[in-house]
Amino acid sequence: MDNLLLLFQAPPLALQVLIDGLLVGAILAMPAYGMALVWGVMNIINVTQGEFVLLGGFITYILFTTTGISPIWGIPVSFVALYVIGWVIYKIVIFRIVDRDLFISILATFGISIMLQQLMNVFFGADIQTADPGLESWGFMDDMIIVAPIRLIAFAMVFVLGGILVMFMRQSRMGRAIRATSQNARAARIMGVDTDKVYATTYALNAAICGAAGALVVMTSVIGPFLGIIYTVRSFLIVVVAGLGNLGAVVVSALGLGALENYAGFILGAEFQVAFVYILMVVILIYRSLMLRRQRRYLT
Amino acid sequence: MSQLLEVSNVSKTFGGVVANDDISIQVPEGAIIGLIGPNGSGKTTLFNSIVGYHPIDGGSIRFQDKEISSLRVPDIARLGMLRTFQQTRIYGEMTCVENMLISTPTRDEGFLGLFRDHRAEDMEKAEQLLDFVGLYSKRLLFAGDLSFGQQKLLEFAMALMNEPKLLLLDEPTAGINPTLINGIIDRLKRANADLGITLLVIEHNMRVIMNLAEHIYCLAHGQLLADGPPDVLRDDQRVIDAYLGAH
Amino acid sequence: MTANKPLLYGLVAIVGLVAPFVFPAYVAQFAFAWLFILFALTWDAQGGQMGYNSFGNILYFGVGMYVCIVVMVGYSYNVAEYTAPGGEKAFTFSTHQYIIGLALGTIAGGIASAILAIILGSGILGLRGHYFAIGTLGLGIAAGELAAGWDFIGAGSGVAAPVFPDAMGSRSLFFYFVFFAITVIAFFAYKWLYRGRFGLAINAIRDDEDKAEAMGLPTTHYKTMSWMVSAFFLGLVGGPVGLLIGFIDPRDTAFAGVTFGVWMVLMAILGGKGTIWGPVVGAIVFLIFKEVFWIYLLQWQQVALGALIVVIVVFFPQGIMGFLREQWPERFGHRVEETPLNDMNVRGEGEA
Repeated sequence: MDNLLLLFQAPPLALQVLIDGLLVGAILAMPAYGMALVWGVMNIINVTQGEFVLLGGFITYILFTTTGISPIWGIPVSFVALYVIGWVIYKIVIFRIVDRDLFISILATFGISIMLQQLMNVFFGADIQTADPGLESWGFMDDMIIVAPIRLIAFAMVFVLGGILVMFMRQSRMGRAIRATSQNARAARIMGVDTDKVYATTYALNAAICGAAGALVVMTSVIGPFLGIIYTVRSFLIVVVAGLGNLGAVVVSALGLGALENYAGFILGAEFQVAFVYILMVVILIYRSLMLRRQRRYLT
Repeated sequence: MSQLLEVSNVSKTFGGVVANDDISIQVPEGAIIGLIGPNGSGKTTLFNSIVGYHPIDGGSIRFQDKEISSLRVPDIARLGMLRTFQQTRIYGEMTCVENMLISTPTRDEGFLGLFRDHRAEDMEKAEQLLDFVGLYSKRLLFAGDLSFGQQKLLEFAMALMNEPKLLLLDEPTAGINPTLINGIIDRLKRANADLGITLLVIEHNMRVIMNLAEHIYCLAHGQLLADGPPDVLRDDQRVIDAYLGAH
Repeated sequence: MTANKPLLYGLVAIVGLVAPFVFPAYVAQFAFAWLFILFALTWDAQGGQMGYNSFGNILYFGVGMYVCIVVMVGYSYNVAEYTAPGGEKAFTFSTHQYIIGLALGTIAGGIASAILAIILGSGILGLRGHYFAIGTLGLGIAAGELAAGWDFIGAGSGVAAPVFPDAMGSRSLFFYFVFFAITVIAFFAYKWLYRGRFGLAINAIRDDEDKAEAMGLPTTHYKTMSWMVSAFFLGLVGGPVGLLIGFIDPRDTAFAGVTFGVWMVLMAILGGKGTIWGPVVGAIVFLIFKEVFWIYLLQWQQVALGALIVVIVVFFPQGIMGFLREQWPERFGHRVEETPLNDMNVRGEGEA
């Protein structure tokens, strides 16, 4: 708790923690938006978000260590690779669970997530990895605040990708089909939308978004085969707060979570930062449920 | 005759749409009261407000002189006011007898009552009531395997098993084979006369409600349009207009 | 089946008592078989019977384990000194200290978990569906993370369990009978609970919770009690498991969500949700799968396990007992057994 005092005594430090939190938080918006997409369109809570992120990270890492090109190229490569992986997973498993009850979808994706974890463990090893693009840090205010440029790039990339996604959803035929299906799948089917293709695209797109996020994660932080679940839970937390299908709210919640989490990690100690996220989620769920109960309603 | 249920000036809006506007109805003890109105006139909303499915925006709901408008569903049910559902809800993967056994009244049960065994008299009563609604022979079938009409009867029997003081029925004859409707009217009347259960019934079928209720309230566009005994209401021009869509 | 019941129970009891002596090399596996049956039974009380799919029941297992160790060590020594790095080496436990400490610790673990379930249940059990599943998942992992940050209980480096006194003979055999006893007690406790109102009430909650509320059932009490009973047995068994394994890692032994936590769900589904024998059968079949994977699939065993989850959930969600009941309904419990029979009677009367 001494660190709490420190934040008040040294405002630049408080600002530093805030900036770091926001920059990391922006990346969290991506898997969260993907989760909201799959949840809204297919009514599946995809528990493999975290593993998709890590897969994207590992692909970028392998690209970086084997070819030596800048890991920034990992963003499009991971995007495409995960799109394919997502499509394949949809064609093997997910299409069978689209209309099943939610528990089956959670557990099935949970099984996939365990498989992916273990496959990454087998192929990439259990070690923690990072791909540093080798850019020099920028100092502000007499070096009292230090910002890694890659984090700024990542931050900017989130908004670029977000913009592309919004365009895709609004303008393209498939984007409109996805939105139609999310509103009423049966009606969309009757109107001639190929919902199976919509689901496959949605799921693959989600994987791709996570993959691109993973490329950003490996550059700004670390990855390891078993670090996925925290991204899944963060995504869930953000979606619960932001609601489905509103990219703006998702980004704001993600930034908020990033900042909050970073402050919590600074004040309570880094070893409790992850625990803080889980407990925050449980607290938010219970709080919302109690609020609804006062309105004689349930969180369903 | 004292009022068992007294709804006064209840209003409810859903995001700007007024579902119930300043509605007052009285249900005297031992009566059969009807609630009619065209689709979307706010009947089911009123039911949901009474039994605690959502909060009301204004007004008061008193049951046995106790304000219940802020209580939640299970608390209200334990006071002795039950409702059946328009879409019929039973426990599908349990047998009919099990559905009945778990519907015994819970108001006087303490903590240990959670764990107690089934009493022999409960079993007897369950079988009698299943016989009363004509489902005795099906008692060991899974409730989910029954036809829609049979499920409706089972739901009615479950409600009776609970020995409510007031039973709110949401379209008890909807979706039922017309040849069975007279049987249902007869059973509702017997439940009222023999078991002393006060009934508040939503019904679309005019023949049924005119036969059944002694006093009818008619809703339209969320407002109380008219009320009175069946033969008075039947000739009320406002009611006829509401049903025919005139204004 | 009813007539054969005493025979069945007798057979299980004899196998349970004799097996460890006939196949002494497999005592540890047998012990885990009983443990897994308990896992599946306690999970099924929510997931199967009540329709509340918890991914966080491992929480109670871990809490029980830590409480047991702390009480057991605390009965004889200073806990902080014991959990300090390398501290446990300085302490040995006599038979007397071990047994009394274990007994106190086990019971304390069970009670602590049960109390925790009541406290958490009032909030968590108000959630439904997705939210309950993910909320409990978060709860289980959060507990592991918190334990990993708490120095008093050894933090992330874990804590070694007190060493089993040589004078007491085989550790595996001792804990075999501990698990056997707890599981048998749990089995009959659940059997008794499911027989009366409790069983019907939680089934009603599973089938239609809104209806159950509309009928005035005190659903919150039932849900909390169900969770409490499961928490009690998981907390009870947690300590002995830690002692058998010998080392308690916060994330891999105590709050082992990825292994025990997922397996308990899988075993209950594999055996057949919502039946009392399903979890028993599921646990044994799963244990066989797991042992085979571990022997023949080096380093791919976890991948295979993940695949097994997907296959079972997607293609075989009704489980073994569910499948058998679909195939031969007349051979299963009287619910379904008497139904076609009775139906025929009615038809017969109608024709007559």
